[in-house]
Amino acid sequence: MSDIVLKTENLTKHYGGVHALQEANFELRKGEHVAIMGDNGAGKSTFVRQITGVEQRTDGKIWFDGKEVNFAGPIEAREAGIETVFQNLALADDLDVPSNLFLGREKVLFNLGPFSILDRKAMRRATEAALIRTAVKIPNLSSTIRHMSGGQRQCVAIARTATFASKLIIMDEPTAALGVQETAQVENIIRTLKENGEPLILISHNMRQVFDLVDRIVVFRRGRIVANLRKQDTDGNDIVAYITGAKTGQAELQAA
Amino acid sequence: MSQTSHGIGGLSYDAKKRPWPAEFNVFLALVILVGAFELIGRVFLGDSFLFNTRENVDAIFNEQRLQIIILQVSIVGIIAIGVTQVIICGGIDLSSGSIVGATAMIAMSFAQVATVNGNPNPKAMFIAYGWTDLPVIVPLLVAIGCGLIAGLINGALIAYTRIPPFIATLGMMVTARGIAKWWSKGQPISFPTDSFAAIGKGLMPVIIFISLAILFQLILSYTRYGKHCYAIGSNEDAARMSGIKIANHKVLVYVIAGILASIAAVVLSSKNLTAQAGMGVMYELDAIAMAVIGGVSLSGGRGSIIGTVIGSLIFGVIISGFTFLRLDAYYQEMVKGVIIVGAVVLDQWRQRRRAIGA
Repeated sequence: MSDIVLKTENLTKHYGGVHALQEANFELRKGEHVAIMGDNGAGKSTFVRQITGVEQRTDGKIWFDGKEVNFAGPIEAREAGIETVFQNLALADDLDVPSNLFLGREKVLFNLGPFSILDRKAMRRATEAALIRTAVKIPNLSSTIRHMSGGQRQCVAIARTATFASKLIIMDEPTAALGVQETAQVENIIRTLKENGEPLILISHNMRQVFDLVDRIVVFRRGRIVANLRKQDTDGNDIVAYITGAKTGQAELQAA
Repeated sequence: MSQTSHGIGGLSYDAKKRPWPAEFNVFLALVILVGAFELIGRVFLGDSFLFNTRENVDAIFNEQRLQIIILQVSIVGIIAIGVTQVIICGGIDLSSGSIVGATAMIAMSFAQVATVNGNPNPKAMFIAYGWTDLPVIVPLLVAIGCGLIAGLINGALIAYTRIPPFIATLGMMVTARGIAKWWSKGQPISFPTDSFAAIGKGLMPVIIFISLAILFQLILSYTRYGKHCYAIGSNEDAARMSGIKIANHKVLVYVIAGILASIAAVVLSSKNLTAQAGMGVMYELDAIAMAVIGGVSLSGGRGSIIGTVIGSLIFGVIISGFTFLRLDAYYQEMVKGVIIVGAVVLDQWRQRRRAIGA
C-alpha cells in the first residue's frame, strides 16, 4: 500500500440521469506513468475532474498519498500535491513566464497582505531551475505568453506543475493542438519527468505517443474502465478493440 | 537549434524583434503632437508652442504653458490612475465623475468656516451643530470614506452578483449624482477653511497627481496586488484556477478607484473653493480616454500608469494647443472624440497584428 500514490474505489459520477462514470477502480504507483484512453464521452475527463476536486463525486472513495481525501475544490487538490495541465491552458496571456509559474502563489519579500512586495529575482531563479529540470527551452523568460507558440505555452504549463513539489501530475491531452516538433518537445518533458520518478496520468488519443511514453494503459468505455493493461502485454489493435467495444474487458479484469 | 538528451529542443529567439513597450508609442505620439503644434505655430502665428519667446523672461521653455498643460489634467489624472487599474483588471468604472460630485459636496460641508467677513457663513451646512472650522483631517477622512463606500458597493455588486461592471458602475454613476444634488438641494457649498483650501492651491494638484501615479505604478509592478490585476484581466479562468481570490481582489480594485476619485474631489473642490452638484460631469469618460490613449487595453491585462500619465499629457497638450492656435473649444471636443476612437482602433490593430505573429 505504501507505494501507491493514488487509488480510487467504486468512483461514480452521475449527471442527473447520465452515468458518466461508474465504479471506477484505479491505482497509480510511485514513479509510474499511466495513460487513460477512450472515445469522446467515455468518462476520461469526468474521472480526472473527480480526482482533482473540480467536481464532487456521486459515490466512491479516493486515497491520495496514503490518506483518504475529499477535495472541496481544485485548489485543495493542488495544495495536496496534484498538479493538472488543463486542456484549455490555465495561463495568463499578458504575464511573463515566472509570473505564470507562480500565479496565485508568488514568492514575496515583505508580507503586506495584498500589497506584498514580490520577490521577482527568486521567482526568476526558481523558474530557471524548473525549466532546466523539465528540459523546457523558452528563449526569453521575460517575454509574455501572448508572444509564444502553442508548444511553448504547453511547456510553460507543464513546467509550472514541476516547479512545485507535486506528487502527481495529470495532463489532459497536452499535445492535442500542437505541431510535430512541439509535440516532440512536450514528449521530451514527459520523459524527463519519468526519469525523475514523478508519477503521471496522461489522457491522450495518440496511440503512438501512449506506447512511447507510458507503462500502463487504462481504457474507459461508456463510463467504465474496460481494460487495465501493461504496455508490453498489449498492442495498438488490442487497445482500439477495447476503445470501440469490439472486445469487452470484464473477464480479464476479474481474472487480474 | 540546440541538441538535448532527448533530441531537438529550443526555439530561436531574435532579441531585435522584441516589440516596443506600448508606452514608447504613446510617448512618440505625444512628441509628434507637440511637434505639430510647434510647427503650425511657427508657420502660421510666428509664435512658439513649447519655447519661451518673451524677451523679458529668462527661460528656455514656455513654463507657464507647460504648467497649465499638466495642471488642467492632473485632477482627472488622479481619477485615471484608479480607472487604469480597473481596466487592467478587466473592468470599467463609469461612476468616478459622479463620485467626485457627491464626495465634493459632502466633504466640503465638513470643511466650512463659521464666519465670512465677520458675518455667519451663509452656506455653512452644519453651523447649527457647531461643525465649522474643523481640522482638515475631518473633511479628508469623510471624503475617503465616501469613495470607499462607493467603491465597496461597486466592487461587491460586480464580484458577488456577477453583473457586468458597466451596469454596476452606471447605476453608481446615476445614484451618486443624485446624492450630490440632494445633499444641499442643488445649492453650491462654499467658504472652506484655509487648511482645506491649501490642498488644491497652485501646483499642489500636480504634485498629488504625480506622487499617486508613482505610488500606483510601483504597486502595479512590484506587488502581488498588481500581478493579480494583470492576471485577472488577461485570463480570469486561469487566475481562478491558480487560486487567486477573484471576488476579494475585484472589490479592492473598485475601492481603490473610488478612493482615488474622492481624492480628486477634495483637490478639485479645494482648488475651486466651492463644491457644486455638477462637479466632475464627464470626468469618468475623460479618465477612461486618458487610460485608453495611454495604451491601456479595454479588453484587460495590458497597460500601465506611466502610459496613462502620458495619455493625460496628450489630453493636456491638445487642449493647450487648441487654445494656442486660438481655435474654439468646440473643436477640442471633436478632436478628443476622434482621438479616443483612434486609440482603441490602434489597440485592436496592434492586438491582431500580434496574434498573427507579424
